[in-house]
Amino acid sequence: MSDHPALDLRDVSKRFGARWALARVSYTLPAGRSLLLTGHNGSGKTTLLRLISTASFPTAGDIVVYGDETRSARDRVRTQVALLSHASFLYDDLTARQNLGMLAELLGLPPATTVPAMLERVGLGGRGDEAVRQFSAGMRKRLAIARLLLKQPKVALLDEPFGELDPAGISQMEGFIRELQAAGTSVVLATHLIEQGLTLTQERLHLNQGRRVDP
Amino acid sequence: MTAPIRTPPGLLRSTWLVLRKDWLIEWRTRARLTALIFFALSTLLLFSFAMGPDITMLRVHAPGYLWLAILFASTLSLGESFRVESENQAMVGLVLAPVEPRAIFLGKVAGNTSLLFGLSLVLLPVSVALYDVDLSRNFGMLLLVLLLGCIGISAPGTVYSAISSNARARDVMLPLLLFPVLVPMLLAAVSATKFALVADPQQQLSSWVKLLTAFDLIYLSVGFLLFPRVVEED
Repeated sequence: MSDHPALDLRDVSKRFGARWALARVSYTLPAGRSLLLTGHNGSGKTTLLRLISTASFPTAGDIVVYGDETRSARDRVRTQVALLSHASFLYDDLTARQNLGMLAELLGLPPATTVPAMLERVGLGGRGDEAVRQFSAGMRKRLAIARLLLKQPKVALLDEPFGELDPAGISQMEGFIRELQAAGTSVVLATHLIEQGLTLTQERLHLNQGRRVDP
Repeated sequence: MTAPIRTPPGLLRSTWLVLRKDWLIEWRTRARLTALIFFALSTLLLFSFAMGPDITMLRVHAPGYLWLAILFASTLSLGESFRVESENQAMVGLVLAPVEPRAIFLGKVAGNTSLLFGLSLVLLPVSVALYDVDLSRNFGMLLLVLLLGCIGISAPGTVYSAISSNARARDVMLPLLLFPVLVPMLLAAVSATKFALVADPQQQLSSWVKLLTAFDLIYLSVGFLLFPRVVEED
């Protein structure tokens, strides 16, 4: 286990134009622990997840993931972090197999063995050769989680992972989260389903209008 | 279960993976390719009608019309190339994978160049039919000029297409940003094409080819340096 915390937020602020989406948020998540991120719509949850993933960078303050600061060591952070976002990051014109195959090759994994196994794992084994454009929202979500699982991240950032899923899909998603945790991955879970989120995490961070507040 | 051994790809391998992905998407959406070809063919046809039946004038202006057809078609192909990246924020997914942004740039330039070069090969026999040009005079050099010109459009086009991909009026913005930058390169491309198609008594073709190569190197170098700043959010 690493000596560094999984996540260290140091006075993190993010401004979009004149509006501060996050204001001086500080928080430390110990390695191996999982965090529930709560707050109303527009409270800054998605912004914070994007900052941790290095999709964007703080206007002020630092984010450190397992000892690596996101701006200066972005390449190392990107190999350790995976984001499940509202956007699926998928190419609609490619098949599910091609989408995962390309990612596997970019990660240096053998696609011939990893991709079929991953498609089976997320319940898309029989649909691998269909274009993503033909997929339902729930199937896209499954494929998006397959992308995340393929990466085997040390920190998994999940933004509303239960949205668009049917009850069976939600139960499967919970299973994936527990599998990640069992493998030592720290999960940061942003969801409005607080009761469900509390059963999956040990820590909680509540945001209100971009500021950290007590839940 | 033991984790598979990871050997992440280097810059060249990542470039190839991005290029192969773009080719796959083009192949799966062949209707777009067909639209591109018909757009360029229509442009050539309209210019030939506008010039009338004067065969000498048609031959003289053929290089300019050929490059205008390629240029107009390029705005469609370049815009489309980044539309697939902005859909579902796929570009963000690539960057976070992580793929070196410069590999994305090189892969995209290679993809756009191959598409435009393929298009120009389709346009050549049409130019023979419409403008009565003689391709056999210096065919090898003509192909080289076309390839260099397509790189010259694709390299800055890839950067500007990435910049404008998230803009509301991206279809208007791309040509506005791109065309002024391309003017010097296009002048060289038209001149080089002219000397590859007609007599070149003063041996000017090689000078124009060198100038085209210089433009390509400048565009590629600037794009290579700037592209990470374009795709990385602050």
